[in-house]
Amino acid sequence: MEKFSVTGSAKTPTINFDGETGILEFIGRSIPENSVEFFAPLLNWLELYESHPKEKTVVDMKLEYFNTSSSKCILDFFKRLEKINGNQTYVHVNWYFEKDDEDMAEAGEDYEAIVSLPFKIIEVEEIY
Amino acid sequence: MAVTDVYDFYQRLEDEDVILSFKGDFTSELLTSFLHILEARMKEIGTDTRKKKRVFNVLIESFQNLYHHIDVFKEKNLSFKRSALIIVKFAAGNFVVRTGNYVGNDGIKDLKRKLAMVNALDSDELRGLYRTKLTKDPRSTKGTAGLGFIDIARKSKSKLEYEFIEMDDETSFFCLKVVIE
Repeated sequence: MEKFSVTGSAKTPTINFDGETGILEFIGRSIPENSVEFFAPLLNWLELYESHPKEKTVVDMKLEYFNTSSSKCILDFFKRLEKINGNQTYVHVNWYFEKDDEDMAEAGEDYEAIVSLPFKIIEVEEIY
Repeated sequence: MAVTDVYDFYQRLEDEDVILSFKGDFTSELLTSFLHILEARMKEIGTDTRKKKRVFNVLIESFQNLYHHIDVFKEKNLSFKRSALIIVKFAAGNFVVRTGNYVGNDGIKDLKRKLAMVNALDSDELRGLYRTKLTKDPRSTKGTAGLGFIDIARKSKSKLEYEFIEMDDETSFFCLKVVIE
């Protein structure tokens, strides 16, 4: 399956989705005015990936900021992944937050509470 | 306006501890510039990461609200009402974000309801409401999630101050003040 990459901008994160390794990575800021538009191709790629996922899919969320309109799209993204977290294949989410950024840690806990995926909330010195 | 009035104007901003302000049309590039300028200023002041992020989050959501309100005016073709004001103040270790913009009178009831609701809740309740709305509420046609004021209240850790000044039958001026402690 083809890799899916988007270079980050001042308002949108760098995206690296690798269908060969099963690593799906978000790095940076997600604060576009139109999050639905930005997330649409990501969710489309995920739909294709769902038909032949790797045994283990790892999501690495390394976000500095995200707006509330992105928060809904991030939830859509996790909800899609719930479908491939079963008996044959499984999904794991690494939610990173920068040292002292308790709000970002809380945001990870919020998703952990409403999404049926295993989360690991990880403190790092610098997010990227 | 006399030529020297610009000094009075400047001094008023200085007296009010304004570190950054903008009045005009809100474009999508403006937020990026705003955050960029503030980042440099915060470095000078020595603002810690946590507070910086909270101020940025409040600004990000405030801009999102302003774009949204301006969109409504664009749709109604009321171009002269598209301009808005945003002010960032820094005094006694606190940042204050103030916004002023026109809103349609038909949207005020809903805005007041949302604002009164977030002000009535403590931080745990706000978190609960955020989770509930994130999970259950459908997205609007514009992709907004209805979470903006909840997020602003969560990040600022303070009550939102607001007022609506009625202009005419159709519009009011919406004043919002957010203190980030």
